Amino acid sequence: MMTLLESITGSLRRISFLFRKEVLAILKDPAIRVILIVPIVIQSLVFGYAATYDLNHVRYAVLNESHGAASTNLLARLEGSKVFVRAATLRNSSDIARAIDNGEALLVLHFAPDFDAKLASTGSAPVQLILDGRNSTTANMAAGHLSTLIGQFNASLPNAVRPPVNIEIRAWFNPNLESRWNIVPALIASLSMIQTLLLAALSVAREREQGTFDQLLVTPLRPMEILIGKASPAITIGLVQASLVFCVALFWFRIPFQGSLVVLYVGLVAFTTACVGIGLSISALSLNMHQAMVYAFVLIMPLILLSGLVTPVGNMPTALQILTYADPLRFAIDLVRRVYLEGAGWQDVGMDFVPMLVIAAITLPVAAWLFRNRLT
Amino acid sequence: MTTTALTVDAKDVVKRFKGAVGGPALNGITLSIPKGQLTALVGPDGAGKTTLIRLIAGLMKPDSGSLYTLGIDVAAKPQEVQDLISYMPQRFGLYEDLSVMENLNLYADLHGVPMDERRERFDRMLSMTDMAAFTNRLAGNLSGGMKQKLGLACTLVRSPRLLLLDEPTVGVDPLSRRELWRIVQQLVEEEGLPVIVSTAYMDEAERCKHVIVMTEGQVLAQGTPDELCRPAKGRCFVAYPREGELARTLQARLIDDKRHVLDAVPESGAVRFIQAGGTEPRDLEGILLGARCEATPSRLEDGVMTLLRERATQDGHEDAVETKSSSVQLDTKDSIELIKVRDLVRQFGSFTAVASTSFSVRRGEIFGLLGPNGAGKTTTFRMLCGLLPATSGFLEVAGFNLRTARAPARARIGYVSQKFALYGNLSVTENLTFFGGAYGLGRQELNAQVERALDEFQLREKKDERSGELPGGFKQRLAMATALIHRPEILFLDEPTSGIDPLARRAFWRRITTLAAEGTTIIVTTHFMEEAEYCDRIVIQDAGRLLAIGTPHEVRSQASGAANMNEAFLEIIKKARESRPTGATAVEA
Repeated sequence: MMTLLESITGSLRRISFLFRKEVLAILKDPAIRVILIVPIVIQSLVFGYAATYDLNHVRYAVLNESHGAASTNLLARLEGSKVFVRAATLRNSSDIARAIDNGEALLVLHFAPDFDAKLASTGSAPVQLILDGRNSTTANMAAGHLSTLIGQFNASLPNAVRPPVNIEIRAWFNPNLESRWNIVPALIASLSMIQTLLLAALSVAREREQGTFDQLLVTPLRPMEILIGKASPAITIGLVQASLVFCVALFWFRIPFQGSLVVLYVGLVAFTTACVGIGLSISALSLNMHQAMVYAFVLIMPLILLSGLVTPVGNMPTALQILTYADPLRFAIDLVRRVYLEGAGWQDVGMDFVPMLVIAAITLPVAAWLFRNRLT
Repeated sequence: MTTTALTVDAKDVVKRFKGAVGGPALNGITLSIPKGQLTALVGPDGAGKTTLIRLIAGLMKPDSGSLYTLGIDVAAKPQEVQDLISYMPQRFGLYEDLSVMENLNLYADLHGVPMDERRERFDRMLSMTDMAAFTNRLAGNLSGGMKQKLGLACTLVRSPRLLLLDEPTVGVDPLSRRELWRIVQQLVEEEGLPVIVSTAYMDEAERCKHVIVMTEGQVLAQGTPDELCRPAKGRCFVAYPREGELARTLQARLIDDKRHVLDAVPESGAVRFIQAGGTEPRDLEGILLGARCEATPSRLEDGVMTLLRERATQDGHEDAVETKSSSVQLDTKDSIELIKVRDLVRQFGSFTAVASTSFSVRRGEIFGLLGPNGAGKTTTFRMLCGLLPATSGFLEVAGFNLRTARAPARARIGYVSQKFALYGNLSVTENLTFFGGAYGLGRQELNAQVERALDEFQLREKKDERSGELPGGFKQRLAMATALIHRPEILFLDEPTSGIDPLARRAFWRRITTLAAEGTTIIVTTHFMEEAEYCDRIVIQDAGRLLAIGTPHEVRSQASGAANMNEAFLEIIKKARESRPTGATAVEA
């Protein structure tokens, strides 16, 4: 028992020296020091502001052939909302195509001549909504928002026969439908992933290129110890970076945090470990930093595209949907969003851990094996 | 113009680098190199050899003074000079992913060599370098010696009027070194091409018409090799150790007596040394301890060492080797075999890098691995260090089988790689501390060993500096200190003296012999054949096969009639390749 204890403490001691060395090597490099903090803050601000598809100043046109009280009332509500701006008032249905085609309006609202009469007699009447499908995301959101307004209008009718369709579900966790709320928490995972992966990818490759890796391999450090000594500083830095974005989200964009910090951070540790595993595998495979950089960049783009950050996973072809299971970012974004916005707990996001841990469990041992067995 | 008769005409050339500490890189160089001859630049590291060559090539401008290359004012018309010369820097930029022919074509393109001239020029270069059979091979797959030859061929794709070579033979084995020199001399003789070459090898400088000795940015002396022998004339002796005494033990005693001895090296089982001026025979009695002593004619190396040492004594700063000089122990070598190698084989795919090799190394031995580039030395070396698994065979280091117990074996060895391989942006102390920790030293012991290393290797004055920015000598001492931080039983040194000047090499070997005397086993590879004389035993490998093993004396006598180790080496390799015609091609692979 004593010898086992001794070998464990000896191992931990060696790892602690490697950890300290790695951190020193990273922090003593002024170029890396700056890269670790400044870009991630700037990126999170830029993405937070720029990558928004919020509804502001949606231009619409109206073709009102009914001119009744109800249609006027409904239009007044539209005017009253800050979201919609009337760009044109059309005379006849032939104008509709022109308004959409030349981009004058994103959507056209068409009240048929019998709208008011029908509403008064049957309690229900259709409104036609023509959308510019070229700008589908914004158009869809505008349509959604319009439905909400119509729903409110329906509810205000004294003789409403049918209950209005309540589409408030869509906006449950984001009552103002701010897409920033959707994007910024996702950045906590994705921005930190880019740099963690790069940092890990360069770590072994740099040592191989400078010849220090051989010097490391002739010490009694075992591959597992080198792995832990190399992975833990990278994981730590990844967590610090995620925390920076988290702070930007919380204190700058003032997006309220609903969940538990413990769940969030345990999730981030699992995610960062998977990223570091991928990065170290790349690194152990590369002969120099140049190769490692190329491999890392080749991987980062698909990881982001398949994560659902830009396109919902559900909209992808089935084959690609299967591929997303190999993307830890997909599950990290899901986990962070739900914990952050919904306040999801362990049982809600438990399944997200599985793919991330599987990826870590495969890539980390592969990297450790490659340390010694990659022939040079 | 009166200067056209001279290849280089320099007056009071001064060059200072911004931000560099210490004196200027070149501090008032005045020299004239006549046309059409082979000129050598020698001197310690940092003497300004490379700077001078780059100035002559028009790649930099002097701060003051005048410099004419081929009669052209270099500072005023650098491009005109560059159009006339060819320059091969220390690390020539071959494109490793291109073939030999593609490299030649690329450099011909860069120099604008017309297509119709290429064929003839390439043929000449390829036959001269013996590379006609390898035109399709990737440059990255060539051996070190062949890379240098290709570099030279690429440098010479056009016919220059002056050839500048900056240490072309660093890290090149004696065989390829001889070939490179054959090519250079052929150029001088057949084309009358003037060549200026800087080198750390005195036997190379000896082949030159004119030798310029530089130190600290100044010309210390210049002349023909014969003229430069004179300072040591009548002061060179060979001492024969008494029965049962090792040459290197006597050499250690001699070189430690700095007052009376300027230089001492082991040679062919004896010790060659230079007396300091004014030394009487009785001054050495206490050191020679009755060893027989004979006068011997001086060589260029003796003359240069004398000049350099006397200059260093004048300046009062000696590259002092810190040794416990009084305590040169008797040999502690015993019969315990610390390294056992039996039928060791390493294959890379179908290529056999090391073929069925067996030897053993006893505790306290200095064991040398010699061989041409690509002979399998490095592969053997890496397997012994546990960096590369063996394909088959038995390998035991410090009592541990390397197949089953690699980590405990590694804890008992120290390793100094060919190029500086420590963390450049960590300080001296941080590097020492990290490796000490990685070797599992306890806190108190770690501190004690770091302190000891700082003193023993004279690193204290630079202990907080980034190790990557240290001067060359400090880097090498730090690499040694790091490898010895855990007091290993075995020290592996891979070409530790490549590209190091003769003074630093003496200091280095003095340290090694002290370590061996204290019981550390040393395994070393080297391209300086005379350094094999420091070893207890050596092996010579070629094409993955072990050709000779034994004491330097035994190996020398294996090659009948070889006057020194260099000749013995060349003879043994030649004989082996003649009897195994396939061997020669395997080496190049």
